[in-house]
Amino acid sequence: MTTTTEVCTRERIDPRGPRFGGAITTVVLAVALITMGTPVGSVLLTWQVIVFALGAFVGLWAQPYGWVFRAFVAPRISAPVELEAAAPPRFAQLVGFCFVAFALAAIFLGGTLIATVAVAIALAAAFLNAAFNFCLGCEVFLLAKRLSFSG
Amino acid sequence: MTGVSIVLAIVILATAFGLWHRSNSGRMKTVDIRTAGTTEHGDAILDAQTIGVDLGTRATLVQFSSAFCQPCRATRQILIEVSGMVDGVAHVDIDAEANLDLVRALDIRRTPTVLVLDEVGRIRRRASGLPRKVDVIAALGQLD
Repeated sequence: MTTTTEVCTRERIDPRGPRFGGAITTVVLAVALITMGTPVGSVLLTWQVIVFALGAFVGLWAQPYGWVFRAFVAPRISAPVELEAAAPPRFAQLVGFCFVAFALAAIFLGGTLIATVAVAIALAAAFLNAAFNFCLGCEVFLLAKRLSFSG
Repeated sequence: MTGVSIVLAIVILATAFGLWHRSNSGRMKTVDIRTAGTTEHGDAILDAQTIGVDLGTRATLVQFSSAFCQPCRATRQILIEVSGMVDGVAHVDIDAEANLDLVRALDIRRTPTVLVLDEVGRIRRRASGLPRKVDVIAALGQLD
């Protein structure tokens, strides 16, 4: 197997990092969905909002799951075959933030059903990212751009 | 228990979607030559002015990319490699966000989307997602 000569930076990252983060996010959101309406559910959602906010507004290097990946996972696995741009996964963090923050706000306003729907969409996106390396937010980005400037 | 059912339903649906998407991603699809490449101006072909580079004497590989796109870079590398390998094949990478009119006219929904144009600029093949190198080469061979 060939390994890259590139070094990970804040702009170019190991693509397995976001997938690892997506796996943890999947578990956190699944438990949050199951415990929805209880204090545990709200605490988990609040935690995930903070995680997404750090990834989206500060940078992937500041995202807790990315930190765990670099500190404990990356040293134990092979060097990445190639690096990827940080912009797409960072955008995905922003999309995740919007959905989970919306869900949290809905819970405090008593809208448990709408919060469940928002968390369900975020869960589906996190699962697709972890299992299939499919970035739902990235796919929606171009479709949204097409719509927003039409007509 | 409702929560558990919802989680299970999401995982099953997302898995089905993921598998379907993976099997379709990057596959070269034949474009009907009679309707191929119709733009909003009624042009039947894509010309050098529209795509910003001279057409290849044999074929042109047109790639649509965007900023938040994981497989675009790998797609670019494959297309550059193929255009360097096969004589008369040009390659152009178009920023979808900066060319939304063209994106709408050609109904580009995802990035990367790769169009294979023949020597006169007709769209003959189309693929969404990262294409395999052999499929790109095969598509070029099927143009004649």
